[in-house]
Amino acid sequence: MNAVVHAQAENRHLLSGNEAVARAAWEAGVQVAAAYPGTPATEILENIALYPDIYSEWSVNEKVAVEVAIGASLAGSRALAAMKHVGMNVASDAFMTQSLAGVAGGLVIVVADDVGLSSSQNEQDSRYWGRFGHMPVLEPADSQETYEMVKQAFALSEEYETPVIVRMTTRVCHVKAMVTFSGERTAHHAPGFQKNPQRWVMTPANAKPRLPLMHQRDRMLRAVSEASSLNEVFKGSDRRIGFVTSGPAFMHVRETFPDAPVFKLGFSHPAPLDRIRAFAGDVDTVAVVEETEPLLETELRAAGLNVRGKDVLPRFGELAPSVLRPAIKPLLGEPYEVPARPQSSVFPRPPTMCASCPHLGPYFALSHIRNLNIIGDIGCYTLGAGHPWNALDTCTCMGASLSMAHGMDKGRGESDEKKHIVAVIGDSTFLHMGMQGLLNMIYNRGNVTVLLLDNRSVGMTGGQENPGTGQDLHGLPAPRVDFAKLAEALGVRPERIRMADPYELPTMVKLVREEIKMEEPSIIITNRPCSLTDRFEHLKSYEVLEDKCTGCGNCIDLGCPAISVSRRETVTAKSGKTKALVFARIDANTCTGCHMCVETCAPEAIVQPPPATRTIRIHPHD
Amino acid sequence: MTDGITNILVVGIGGQGVMTAAEMLARTALNQGYDVKKTEVAGMAQRGGVVSSHVRFGPKIYSPQIDPGEADLLIGFEAAEGLRWLPYLRPSGVAMVNTLRLTPPIVSAGLYDYPADPIASLASAGIEVHTFDAGAIADELGNSKLVNTIMLGAISDYLPFPSEVLKACIVEGFRAYKPKLAEINAQAFDAGRAAGH
Repeated sequence: MNAVVHAQAENRHLLSGNEAVARAAWEAGVQVAAAYPGTPATEILENIALYPDIYSEWSVNEKVAVEVAIGASLAGSRALAAMKHVGMNVASDAFMTQSLAGVAGGLVIVVADDVGLSSSQNEQDSRYWGRFGHMPVLEPADSQETYEMVKQAFALSEEYETPVIVRMTTRVCHVKAMVTFSGERTAHHAPGFQKNPQRWVMTPANAKPRLPLMHQRDRMLRAVSEASSLNEVFKGSDRRIGFVTSGPAFMHVRETFPDAPVFKLGFSHPAPLDRIRAFAGDVDTVAVVEETEPLLETELRAAGLNVRGKDVLPRFGELAPSVLRPAIKPLLGEPYEVPARPQSSVFPRPPTMCASCPHLGPYFALSHIRNLNIIGDIGCYTLGAGHPWNALDTCTCMGASLSMAHGMDKGRGESDEKKHIVAVIGDSTFLHMGMQGLLNMIYNRGNVTVLLLDNRSVGMTGGQENPGTGQDLHGLPAPRVDFAKLAEALGVRPERIRMADPYELPTMVKLVREEIKMEEPSIIITNRPCSLTDRFEHLKSYEVLEDKCTGCGNCIDLGCPAISVSRRETVTAKSGKTKALVFARIDANTCTGCHMCVETCAPEAIVQPPPATRTIRIHPHD
Repeated sequence: MTDGITNILVVGIGGQGVMTAAEMLARTALNQGYDVKKTEVAGMAQRGGVVSSHVRFGPKIYSPQIDPGEADLLIGFEAAEGLRWLPYLRPSGVAMVNTLRLTPPIVSAGLYDYPADPIASLASAGIEVHTFDAGAIADELGNSKLVNTIMLGAISDYLPFPSEVLKACIVEGFRAYKPKLAEINAQAFDAGRAAGH
C-alpha cells in the first residue's frame, strides 16, 4: 500500500489526501459528486470540480449532498458526497435509511474528521456512523492509500450494495505526500433507475424485510474484511507490544516503534476479529492506537481480548510520536521522561477578522448596544465573540442561531426580562440550515432580531460559492437567491426587512436599535462582499494624521487588523481624573480603503493621503 | 539529521507565503527522489493566525509531524514566530529568522506584550541562528512578495541537496505560471542566499 519510491517520475505526484480523493473519484468513473464546504474536507470537491467529466456541485448542506449522491446512485451512476465530521450529523437522516435500502451505483461518503479541532466546534469520531448505519468504513493513512481506497470503495459499494464510508482526518486530508497513479478514468455504465418499490420505497412494510438483509450484509462484510489486503500485518522483531491501529495513527506508531509488530486496519469496520485474535496470540501485549474514540478497543475487549489503549493514551486530540512515547514506553517497563526543552512564552495569535471585513460594522454596532443576548452561528462572524467586540454569546451548530434565539425568547429567565434577543448568521449558514429556524420563529410568533450578514461567500472555508453568491462551484453564473424576498416569503413583514450597508456604522447602530425595539421578528440584511474574495474592490488606503489624532481609541474598537496602537498616554484632567489615550496608526499595506474607521473618527484624523508628489530628477549628462 | 531524514519547520502568519515556501521545499525534495510529507494546520490561518508547516523528507517518511526538539531547520517568517517555535529545533539545528515584527490586535490592544527583543532571545538560546531583514531585501528588489523566495534562498545552503536545485525548482515554477516574475525571483533567491550566511 505504501508509495513506490522508484516509480516513474511522471507518475509520482505530491498530493494532499483531498486531491487524492478527487483523482481516485475521476479514475473510478464517478458521475456525480456533491458537498458542502467544511474544513478539512473543502478541497475534495474543489479538486473534483477540475474534472469536466464529473458533474459536481456545492449543495446547500450535507444532507442535500448525500441525497443528491443517493439519487445518482439509484440511476446506476457512481456518486460521491464529501463533508467534514459535523456534516455527518446533518446528513445522517439520509444515509441511515439508504443503508437499509442499499444502493445501485457505487455510493461513497468521504468524511473528514477535524481531530484536534483546528477549525471546528467539536471533535467527533465518524467511524461510529459505520457501526450505527451498518456501513463499511475504510481508513486511509496517507494520500497514496486514499487514492487506492477510494477506488476500492466504489467496487465494494456496488458488490455489497451498500454506501461505503471513507474516513479521513486532517492529517490525511491536508498532508501532501507522494502518490503514484496507476490508471486513467474508467467509464462507468449507468443502467438507469430500475423501479422496484419494495426496494426503494422505505415504508415500514418494505423496510422491515430489509433489516435481516442488512445484518446478513454485515456478516458478509466482516468476512470480506478478514480477507482484505487493506488489513495488513507488519511483522516486527520486538514482540513485547503489538499495535492494532488505523488511519494516520499507524504512521505515528511506525515512526515511534519501528521494530514492533503492527496490525494495520485499512478496512476497519467490520473489523477482522479472527485475524486480530491470531495477531494478539503472537505478542505479549496488544495496544490499540486509534483517533479518537476507543471503538476498536471496545470491540476487541468485547471479543474477549485483553488489550491496552485509552487507559494510557489520551481520549481526545491528535496523536503524534510525542504523544505515543510517554504513553507506551511505561508499558514496556521503560520509564520515559519528556525531555526538558527551553519553553518560549510568546503571546497567542488568535484568528481575527480581516481588514475591511463587512462583519466589522455589525459587530461595532452590537458591541455598542447594551442589554443584548447575541445568539451566534458557525462562520467567520463567530470571531465576534473575541476581542475587541465581545459581542457573540453562543455558537453551537450550523443554523442554530435563529432557533436557539427563538427558544431563549420563549424561555426568558429572570435576567433576560429586559434583554433583547439577537441572532447573528451568515448567508451560507442561513441557506444551509438557518431558514427553517426563521420560518419556525415566524410561525410560532417569536420575537428575535436577526442579523443576516450576507458577505456573498462561505468565508471561513476560503470563499466558496453558495446559492446567495450568483455563482456555482465552477465559477459559472448561477441563479442568486434574493434574501429579502425569501425572508418575506417565510413571513417576515416587509417593514421589518431592513437592508443595510455594514460599512455605514451610524446606520448600522441605528437600525439595530430600531429593530430590537420591535415586538416581532425582524431581519437586517447586510450587503458587502467578503474582503478576501474577488467581489471586493480594493480602494486606496487611509492614514492617520498624527497631529489631528486625539487618542480617543474609537477606531481601535472597530477591531480592524490594519489599525494598531502607535502610542499610549495618560493625561490628567483639571478634575484630577486620569484618562488613558490611545493613538492609532493604519498599516498602508493592510488597509483596503473601506472607510469604516473614518466614521469612528470625530476629529477627522483619518484621511486618504494625497497622491505621492512626483520628483523629477534632472540628470545633467542626459 | 537522523536516519537520513530532514525535518524542516516553516512558520509565520497566514498570508506570508509559509505554505508556498513549504510546498517548494517538498516539491524539490520529491524531485530529488526522496519520500516526502508536508503538513500544516491552517484552518483559520488566513485570518491572522499562526501557520506552521512541517516538511519531512528522507528514504521513507511515516508520521507527517515534526515533534518538539526534532526539527533540523526552522524557517521563521516573523521574529516572534521564530521564537515561539524554537523548542521544535534540535540543539544541532539551524534557525533562519526574518526580523519582521507583526503585532496582532490583541497585542496592540495592550492585552499581551510583544517580546522586547525576540532576535536577542533567539541568539541566546545556544543554537545556530541567522537573522536578517528579508523585507528590506524584497523592497530593494522592488516587490514585497519576494520574501518567501528570499527566505528559501537563505536556507538553501543548509539542505542535503545543492542550493541550485531548490532555486531551479522555484524559478521553473515561475517560468511556467508567471514568466515575468522568474528573473526577479532568481535574484531574490541569490540575495537571500547571501543573507543567510
